[in-house]
Amino acid sequence: MIEVRDLRREFRVSEKAGFLRRAHRTVAAVDGVSFDVAAGEAVGYVGPNGAGKSTTIKMLTGILVPTSGTVRVSGVDPSRQRKELARRIGVVFGQRSQLWWDLPLKDSFELLKAIYRVSAPDFTARLAECVELLELGPFLTTPVRQLSLGQRMRGEVTASLLHAPELLVLDEPTIGLDLESKERLREFLAELNTKRGTTLLLTTHDLDDIQRLCPRLMVIDHGTVLADGPLADLRAEVSPDRVLVVDLEDAAPPLDDLPGVTSVRLEMGGKRQHLAFRRDVTTAAALITAVAARAEVHDLAVVEPEIDDVVRRLYERRHLGAECR
Amino acid sequence: MIAGTATNVVFGLLRMAVLLAALDAAPGGRIAGYDVAATVTYVWLGQGLLAFVVLWGDAALANRIRSGDVVVDLYRPWDLQQALLAEDLGRAAYCAVTRLVPPVVVGALLFPFRWPTPERWPVFLVSAVLAVLVSFGMRFLVNASTFWLLDNRGVMALYGVATGILCGLTVPLDFFPEWARFALWFTPMPAIMQSPIDVFIGHGSLWLTVGHQVFWAVALFLAGRLALARAVRKVVVQGG
Ligand SMILES: Nc1ncnc2c1ncn2[C@@H]1O[C@H](COP(=O)(O)OP(=O)(O)OP(=O)(O)O)[C@@H](O)[C@H]1O
Ligand SMILES: [Mg+2]
Repeated sequence: MIEVRDLRREFRVSEKAGFLRRAHRTVAAVDGVSFDVAAGEAVGYVGPNGAGKSTTIKMLTGILVPTSGTVRVSGVDPSRQRKELARRIGVVFGQRSQLWWDLPLKDSFELLKAIYRVSAPDFTARLAECVELLELGPFLTTPVRQLSLGQRMRGEVTASLLHAPELLVLDEPTIGLDLESKERLREFLAELNTKRGTTLLLTTHDLDDIQRLCPRLMVIDHGTVLADGPLADLRAEVSPDRVLVVDLEDAAPPLDDLPGVTSVRLEMGGKRQHLAFRRDVTTAAALITAVAARAEVHDLAVVEPEIDDVVRRLYERRHLGAECR
Repeated sequence: MIAGTATNVVFGLLRMAVLLAALDAAPGGRIAGYDVAATVTYVWLGQGLLAFVVLWGDAALANRIRSGDVVVDLYRPWDLQQALLAEDLGRAAYCAVTRLVPPVVVGALLFPFRWPTPERWPVFLVSAVLAVLVSFGMRFLVNASTFWLLDNRGVMALYGVATGILCGLTVPLDFFPEWARFALWFTPMPAIMQSPIDVFIGHGSLWLTVGHQVFWAVALFLAGRLALARAVRKVVVQGG
């Protein structure tokens, strides 16, 4: 579905360098990115501000011409066959609107129907589905400028799906939405991906989006891909440690001498202990047995490192690496 | 709309008063073939055409380019230039009723107005549509310059001043000296406003006037295509 090889995009930025003089500098916003996305996948594309996510998306949708490298999306070269591509994919930019500001939502959809040459029965069926799942009914006849952000976003997603694209690209679709709206949108997108088989590529700063929607995660920073794979693998890669939290009946000294335990954090004066352990040295089950032999256990839980933690560590590792070089 | 028409009429009265005073002082009561009826017609038809052809220019596309919203326009499966043209023709059709007709009616009811001979009506309609096409071509290029300049407000302001004088709003282009009229013939400016007025009041050669409009409508449209194609390939769309 998407094939990207050694993709690079430079920008010339000019800045004031004294009176009437400007210095020009070239920065690479995307610097040698390669990846493939197969049909039916749902991929999250994350990275800090300025990492190059939006720039990549602009090249995937044909709005920006790569400085070098190749892109193929849905079998076409985006920047050369932009119109062709537009018929096959849907795009949602969280910070921009593709709806007509002064028209009722319904009329925007009608215009898109004409622009994308969607047949009347297809249009009716697809719109009805979105109206039901996204609960658009109450504000279909409201002018777009009077919609709340959450309502508009649901309208935007509908607008991008009326021509039944095989790939949906979303640049920060959940930005600024409240928890409930986010959840509703995620649920809809998850269903779109699993039931209809629509391929999803989305950028986000909200890692819950990834956890909920994307079996695969790509992490980008300074224009290069730091990691690419299932969330679980990335977790294992950056931190082989897992944490066993035990609540003991009575306070005990730190249980830091058990096999495989790398560090211990105490809470409630030793009644609750967070035992970080190497999963390649011991298993949770073995550790629990070892703890139970030493103290009476009231309650316990095994926790994975938070996804934020994983991504943060990926960045840290990269920056440390850069300093060492 | 009512307020717009009222302002329009006040400015029409002012322009008419100034021109008729000049006419009164001129030998024989005529200037460059304009008698009282031709002057009245020139003023009120001109007041109507102002909004119809968007004489001062607009900034809708320029603003979308500056803010980066133009990405939305660019990834649609359409030809952006043709889509904007279709939109502009729709706008013009609406303006014909709401903005073009009212001042003409005011002029025709209250002052010695001169209607065209019957065979000139169809030519006038063609010429008016061509005026919109030429104006669209110019406005498209002015707006598209934002792709390169990022801030094109200077170009925009210059365009507004230039059209006011060179399209025949301030005074009829026939009032200009011979050399200036000759020079203007090589620009699209007369085609935006003076041409349909000339057809209406029967000044100059019909075919030369309309032919000049056709040439510029086509030339500007092609120039716009070229500019857009270049912009899209070479230029950076702004914003995250
Ligand atoms: N038109 C432009 N001219 C110059 N530099 C640009 C331009 N567009 C983007 N950049 C630079 O390219 C880099 C990547 O920008 P991009 O918008 O792709 O980031 P992003 O990953 O989408 O960030 P965010 O999470 O903040 O949206 C940034 O350093 C940015 O300053
Ligand atoms: Mg971005």
